[in-house]
Amino acid sequence: MAEAGRAAARPLATYALLAWTWIRAAAQYPVSMVLLATATAVVSGLDAAAIGLLFTRAPRIAGFGASEVLFLYGTSALSFAISDILLGGTERLGQHVREGTLDAMLVRPVSPLIQVATEDFSPRRLGKLLPAGTILTLALANADVPWTPGRLALVPMMVLCGALIFAGLWVLGGAVQFVLVESHGATKSLTYGGAYLTQYPMTVFARDFVRGVTFVVPLAFVNWQPALYVLDRPDPLALPGAARFASPAVAAAVCAAAAVAWRAGLRHYRSTGS
Amino acid sequence: MGVLPWVWWYGFRRHTAYAAASLAEALTNTGFGFMRAYVLIALWHERPVLGGYDVNDAVTFCFLTQALIGPLQIFGGMDLAQRIRTGDVAIDLHRPVGLQGWWLADDLGRATGSLVLRGGPPLLAGALVFPLSWPGPAGLAAFAASVLLGALVGFGLRYVVALGMFWLHDDRGLNAVMLVMSLFFSGMTLPLVVFPGRLGDVAHALPWAAQLQVPADVFLGRHTGTDLLGALAFQAAWAAALLAAGALLTRAARRKLVIHGG
Repeated sequence: MAEAGRAAARPLATYALLAWTWIRAAAQYPVSMVLLATATAVVSGLDAAAIGLLFTRAPRIAGFGASEVLFLYGTSALSFAISDILLGGTERLGQHVREGTLDAMLVRPVSPLIQVATEDFSPRRLGKLLPAGTILTLALANADVPWTPGRLALVPMMVLCGALIFAGLWVLGGAVQFVLVESHGATKSLTYGGAYLTQYPMTVFARDFVRGVTFVVPLAFVNWQPALYVLDRPDPLALPGAARFASPAVAAAVCAAAAVAWRAGLRHYRSTGS
Repeated sequence: MGVLPWVWWYGFRRHTAYAAASLAEALTNTGFGFMRAYVLIALWHERPVLGGYDVNDAVTFCFLTQALIGPLQIFGGMDLAQRIRTGDVAIDLHRPVGLQGWWLADDLGRATGSLVLRGGPPLLAGALVFPLSWPGPAGLAAFAASVLLGALVGFGLRYVVALGMFWLHDDRGLNAVMLVMSLFFSGMTLPLVVFPGRLGDVAHALPWAAQLQVPADVFLGRHTGTDLLGALAFQAAWAAALLAAGALLTRAARRKLVIHGG
């Protein structure tokens, strides 16, 4: 019991321990695990294939060339893959509520968020990192950008902040399911929809739509705003220059909102009874 | 009346029971419809008559395919696979109706329910924002026939994959491969008319084209007269081939399955 208490005090160590337990379970079927990781890599690479196909038909899309769009794809896909691996499990909260398995989690001495996130943690999700990482590397090598230390430093920063923004959205989407148990189908448009959206330059989308994903759901700060600085492009919304560097603040705000929503949801939860 | 219409009806009832969940899915389908539409508009801005579509055709294609994701179950999967894993399929095999016919009726019931709940919202929302290309009454009738054939092709593919469970004991690997093929070659990732050269020719000949691309082309009025009959015949041929393969696999599975009493 004392050991469990210490474990609860160290959330990251607990997370790693639980994830490792699930990985060992999955590793009992090594062939299946490798096949699934490969398949996951291919599925998540399909979006990159689509971008490649688009550029066989036109040299520029909405004013952006292939290597620039692939840079956006790489940063978006890598951020999303990291957040999905770590917190993607929260999208199944509604299922846990419906099946009553959340009740079992509440009596254990570990945060329910960690338990939901690590439940069924599958090493195949790591497959998502492969196309994202490869394409980002290729895009960086081919980018026609005068690299400065500032631009170079902003790239890992955008991946980190993007992952934090997506992480907040995963948890927010999960928290909504405390109240609306069947809303999973709709919260996907925030997470998977956000991942799709940020692969393309915002010049593709209608102006009002871009305002929405800048000021309401701040997906534009995942990679678009910092990318404008890295690629040295003007902002179609003409936001002040500071917006290019606002991603860390936005990420902190999204994560704070997600934490508040999750706690409120957990307090609201009254089990289903029997 | 035979038993199969009842199976269809219960499939329909089961899949319309949770309307809120279906509408939530429809909301996401609609959101993706808008994002895909803007990407296609940007491409057609550069290439206004690409593949014989104009920009309205491309946008219509996008919302129409988003509306058909649910009914044609582009993301794959069938409840039958779980029943094979748990052994409940033994009960299905004891029924005095064929396994394939039973599940086809059930799946068409699911497709109808999904069409009712998830078909409308993406098309409606798309039509409010963009000028879509609508077919006339004759085109709509041809489209209905084409969607039915597409549903048969989709069922044929997923049934064969589900039966793979008898031999592989795990359907996730096969499902993952099917998902890749289905997303890419049905026209879901990009309309097949965008695919260049040989890739386009191959994609147009595969069963996934019969599932989604052909119904969309019929909706857009790209097939008329004998060409329309040819397109429907192409779908019917794939449906017949896949259903025949499913029937053969069902017979083989019957011999393969051993049920221990207890």
